[in-house]
Amino acid sequence: MTTYSSSHPQHYFVPQPSPYPFILSGGMFLLALGFILKMNAFAAGNWIMLAATAVIAFVVYNWFGKVIGENQSGSYSEWEDKSFRFGMVWFIASEVAFFAAFFGALFYVRNISVPALAGMDPAFTLWKDFTAAWPSAGPKGPAFTPMGAWGIPALNTTILLTSGATLTWAHWGLLKNNRSQLNLGLLLTIVLGVTFLGFQAYEYYHAYTELGLTLGAGVYGATFFMLTGFHGFHVTLGAIMLMVVYGRCLQGHFTAERHFAFEGVAWYWHFVDVVWLGLFILVYWL
Amino acid sequence: MKILYRFCLRAGISLSGLLLAVLPSLAHADYSWNFPTPVTPIARDTLEIHNHFMIVITILFVVVFGIMIYSMVKHRKSVGHQPARFTGPTGTVQWIWALVPFAILLFIDYVLMGIPAYHAVLDMEDTRTKADMVLKVTGMQWKWQYEYPDSGIKYLSTTSTPREQIANKEAKGEHYLLEVDNPVVLPVGKKVRILLTSTDVIHTWWVPQFGVKRDAIPGFLRETWVKIEQPGTYRGQCAELCGKDHGFMPVVVHAVPEPEYLAWVDEKKSKLAAAAAGSDKTWSKEDLLAAGKDVYEKQCAVCHQSEGQGLAPAFPALAGSKIVTGPLLSPEGKLLKDSHVDRVLNGKEGTAMQAFKNTLSDTDLAAVITYERNSFGNKKGDLIQPAQIKSLR
Amino acid sequence: MSTAPSIEHETGHGHHAEPYQGGVMRWLTTTNHKDIGTMYLTFALIMFFIGGAMILAVRAELFQPGLQLMQPEFFNQLIGVHALVMIFAALMPAATGFANWQIPLMIGAPDMALPRINNWGFWLLPPAAALLTLPFILALFGIGDGAVNTGWTLYAPLSVQGGMGVDFAIFSIHILGVSSILGSINIIVTIFNLRAPGMTMMKLPLFAWGWLITAFLLIATIPVLAGAVTMLLTDRHFGTSFFNAAGGGDPILFQHLFWFFGHPEVYILLLPIWGLIPHVLGTFSRKPIYGYKAQVYSFIAIGVLSVVVWAHHFFTAGMPVPALLYFMYSTMFISLPLAVLFFCWVATMWRGAMTFETPMLFAQGFIVLFGLAGLTGLVLADVAADAQYHHSYFVVAHFHYALFAGGIMGVMTGVYYWLPKWTGHMFSETLGKWHFWLTVISFNLTFMPQFFLGLAGMPRRIPDYALQFAEFNAISTVGAFILGFSQLIFAYNIWKCVKGGTKATDKVWEGADGLEWDLSSPPPHHSWEIQPVIK
Ligand code: HEA
Ligand code: HEA
Ligand code: HEC
Ligand code: CUA
Ligand SMILES: [Cu+2]
Repeated sequence: MTTYSSSHPQHYFVPQPSPYPFILSGGMFLLALGFILKMNAFAAGNWIMLAATAVIAFVVYNWFGKVIGENQSGSYSEWEDKSFRFGMVWFIASEVAFFAAFFGALFYVRNISVPALAGMDPAFTLWKDFTAAWPSAGPKGPAFTPMGAWGIPALNTTILLTSGATLTWAHWGLLKNNRSQLNLGLLLTIVLGVTFLGFQAYEYYHAYTELGLTLGAGVYGATFFMLTGFHGFHVTLGAIMLMVVYGRCLQGHFTAERHFAFEGVAWYWHFVDVVWLGLFILVYWL
Repeated sequence: MKILYRFCLRAGISLSGLLLAVLPSLAHADYSWNFPTPVTPIARDTLEIHNHFMIVITILFVVVFGIMIYSMVKHRKSVGHQPARFTGPTGTVQWIWALVPFAILLFIDYVLMGIPAYHAVLDMEDTRTKADMVLKVTGMQWKWQYEYPDSGIKYLSTTSTPREQIANKEAKGEHYLLEVDNPVVLPVGKKVRILLTSTDVIHTWWVPQFGVKRDAIPGFLRETWVKIEQPGTYRGQCAELCGKDHGFMPVVVHAVPEPEYLAWVDEKKSKLAAAAAGSDKTWSKEDLLAAGKDVYEKQCAVCHQSEGQGLAPAFPALAGSKIVTGPLLSPEGKLLKDSHVDRVLNGKEGTAMQAFKNTLSDTDLAAVITYERNSFGNKKGDLIQPAQIKSLR
Repeated sequence: MSTAPSIEHETGHGHHAEPYQGGVMRWLTTTNHKDIGTMYLTFALIMFFIGGAMILAVRAELFQPGLQLMQPEFFNQLIGVHALVMIFAALMPAATGFANWQIPLMIGAPDMALPRINNWGFWLLPPAAALLTLPFILALFGIGDGAVNTGWTLYAPLSVQGGMGVDFAIFSIHILGVSSILGSINIIVTIFNLRAPGMTMMKLPLFAWGWLITAFLLIATIPVLAGAVTMLLTDRHFGTSFFNAAGGGDPILFQHLFWFFGHPEVYILLLPIWGLIPHVLGTFSRKPIYGYKAQVYSFIAIGVLSVVVWAHHFFTAGMPVPALLYFMYSTMFISLPLAVLFFCWVATMWRGAMTFETPMLFAQGFIVLFGLAGLTGLVLADVAADAQYHHSYFVVAHFHYALFAGGIMGVMTGVYYWLPKWTGHMFSETLGKWHFWLTVISFNLTFMPQFFLGLAGMPRRIPDYALQFAEFNAISTVGAFILGFSQLIFAYNIWKCVKGGTKATDKVWEGADGLEWDLSSPPPHHSWEIQPVIK
């Protein structure tokens, strides 16, 4: 039973009608369609994907531009800011669940399917001479050399952890209103992120050309590339977002009190960091 | 309008009455309303559990909705009932009343139903203790292969319902869709350990009267067991969606007394031996073509269709196919990769085209290959001998 | 009862005048929760008819043994797309439409927290639905082999083997997933951040609570489904072996991932309904909701339990005994929070002063029929007996009692309950009652026989069946057609109500209780710009 009395005048910003979501949906439709056609060997697929990418880039640029403009013109108060933060938190939560699926698959193949394939009743086994050991490409997979943990991966771990630190340092700069610390910290973070990606690209090249470690290398190859690949994709996205934030910092955006975009990206970056730690331990090391 | 509405109201109420009447009778009803007559210990267990459960949920249903209907009749505005204001249990007595149903439910879940279920599961999964024999079942699109490892028997079992009956061009037989060319034969009273696997997608081997349903998973072995108590013919079906002809993949089991079973084993063995001997003799083209047509119709026509026209785009046509009209073997008599012979012997990974060298005899393979090269408008004119296939294995 | 509000309803838009865009552009670009809610609901209704038309074709094929109307391939495509359309494009959008319309009104919020994201969430649905159904049309032009043919469960390796339709389904699911995540984030943020001052979580309307748990479940499970279909995609096209034993993978891994999403999904579909039902029961019993807190805790318990019981969908796949026992007993445990809900529903009506307007009829029909679904679900959880039920029509009957009688009839309850508020007009009670009785009767006619078919041993997903199943199938088909065409009454009633009719009062129903009933009917374009303060 609700009873209420006085009213509570506080204004929440409800944006004007906007064409961007609709256009973006159209772009995503085309992207999916193009990709499907391409995978099924229809030449038109490439062109459709190209057009879709243009549409999406157009929307992303304008939509974010619009939000930044609204922010700069003071449309958002503490109240809206809180919505954005909550939104970001739950978005990251959904990303966690996405990675969980792949970690779950890794767990499953290591602890359940590979042992089961090797552990059948010997009298009737379907895979003679297959023994369970990790890394494994399964009973019929190609030979390959697994990726060691202590070369590039360890280096990359250091790089990412450092980048997390430089980003926090930049954040302190922002909080103290020390803009040069902010800018330098951000720049360092971006450089570290890009270096990380460079090393990863090299590692992939090495895996494909010298180790025989490919997507087709059984479940080891599959989990290895899907996990590190999606992680790398997220680092790329994070790096792009950091660059945007850096550009905005150079233009003097953000205040010590209110800087949702900075914080959102920082959370995202830390999330990507943590995923990497999981990868390093579970994919490379153990 | 009003009268019609009244009528529908009545109909609705009587239907709910019917519902209530049907549910309890379910438990004791004759078998056309319930599981078919069980013939294994597991099936009996399952039926018993099911019947108990049905009684329990019927009682729950009647009690809960009896209370609700009572309330709907008594606590109506039109009879002048004044609404109460309570929002939850107050006082110890009411709390106890509110919690009793949950205690009952816990009891039902974990004692009344939970304990019998526990024993039934243990029993069901105990496939190895005192097993008398092994039957290996392999599911494939869309047939079953049965193998008796102890006696070296291995054969395919495919639906024998004519396509004309399915297409409504002929009257349907008594066992429409539940009949096969080569049924499994099992002895009565023996514990048979059944191993299952598949060559392509997941299939599920199910015979309702055995109370047994288990998935056949490609690359893995699964187990179950049966101990059939009465001689008879038992019918079931594949129960996992496995593609186009999932609905046409019956399981038929002949359960016979042991002496009869042993006689059957001997007979089957000598038949298979005779067929294997065929691979050593040299066949004439006419004989190959005639045998090939048979094999084709039984094994290949489901996908490639009876005139070799295929079913685009999933199943390629063999009429005019590049592969079929390509070279037979390399000049040295070796297998050519992706040639006609290779495709039929080894199949193609990741497609419905399976490796038929695992299921067909040398003679069958030679015959069907020869047949395909000289039918549906293909005029290669060449042939391959069973002996050649044997050497390629 | 609410003390009569001393709030002037805002009809003008105070500080920011919004350029009103008429015509199509209004709908394409809107950021208003009511517009978006309307679009969700309309879309859901259309897709309900499309999904229903597909299955009517299937039922027609199953009317008699033998193949009459279609080839097995097409049959397999129809059942899978029917299920995906009904679940993802009819039931889920309908619930999201309710959330959009009602949550801001019920919690005194000015709009949804992220209006543009809200619009995006909706406009992703038509492309996703198009992707799902496009392959049917492409196949007519000789491109590809039709839509996804694996059933809605997409089990590998059948789906690895399948044609281009599977790729379309994969991307459709990706886009639907993005849409659901956006909708969920929006709802969570709105509930956490935009509640009227003084509305503590324990004063939150149950409908909002139901949706809150739903949103959490979506965020936890939809990405797992996305991961699963991504692995499927790479297995199909990029040579990975997640579901291929030769490479060390396992087809059952797909089932684990799918059902880790799939089981919570059934509660995702019903939690909003379970939230809505008590409001209706309270209104027409003229009594406060019984056991508010108990229901909130049950929602939470159901949410938590739902993610730990998934493997009851593949008991016959051959799991180790401890796993079988664990999944059996944990599944059974869900009967407890659900029994709490049933108890509270009945107790809410108990000693009230009931009247039986259409929404109340649907709510009560829902309770009885969904009760049957729940009780048969309890039976399915028994591993031993499930060996017999699994993949038989018994399961089909179980889940239509849950999905149609629980989900769709629940949605209809909500539509009839709130329609006068949304349109400002009363719908026709007579038509509503006709719709109710025809639906209930023909629904049982359709699905009751399927329980017996399942018991007698008829597998699901077969286009043709043995002769002993003929009678029940014929009855079921007749029922399905009556059921289908009865739904036209529903559509017509809504249409008429939108067009005009007796004016609805603000409160609409005598016993209604809650913030939304203090707004005008229909509410102003922007409601609660000035938030009420709850005491
Ligand atoms: C909205 C949909 C929905 C809902 C709510 C449910 C609810 C439940 N379902 Fe169902 N289910 C499906 C949709 C749903 N299901 C679907 C779609 C499938 C098949 C998918 C496919 O294979 O395609 C399926 C399949 C399915 C299976 C797999 C069957 C098989 O394939 O072999 C199982 C097995 O355990 C199961 C169990 C349950 C249980 C235990 C519940 C429980 O939540 C039910 C709990 C409710 C109760 C127990 C009733 C409450 C109590 C009372 C009425 C009175 C008692 C009161 C007092 C004592 C006071 N379901
Ligand atoms: C919310 C979910 C939902 C809903 C509402 C329904 C609604 C219905 N379902 Fe469905 N169904 C599923 C979810 C649902 N189903 C799922 C998950 C499966 C499993 C799929 C699988 O195995 O993978 C399934 C499978 C399934 C089967 C089993 C197929 C098989 O295994 O071979 C059957 C068989 O009878 C069936 C029947 C029906 C019927 C008769 C309705 C009726 O309620 C429909 C009512 C009809 C209408 C609403 C149609 C109205 C149309 C007209 C009047 C024509 C006019 C047309 C236009 C204007 C376009 N369904
Ligand atoms: C379960 C379905 C199925 C059955 C049964 C089947 N095939 Fe096939 N067959 C296929 C599929 C699918 C392909 C296409 C494989 C590919 O993608 O290259 C194929 C391809 C072929 C080809 C190559 C044709 C070409 O042009 O690519 C030949 C030859 C062939 N099958 C012969 C046979 C013979 C002989 C039999 C029976 C002994 C048989 N098939 C049974 C599904 C089947
Ligand atoms: Cu084999 Cu279905
Ligand atoms: Cu479930």
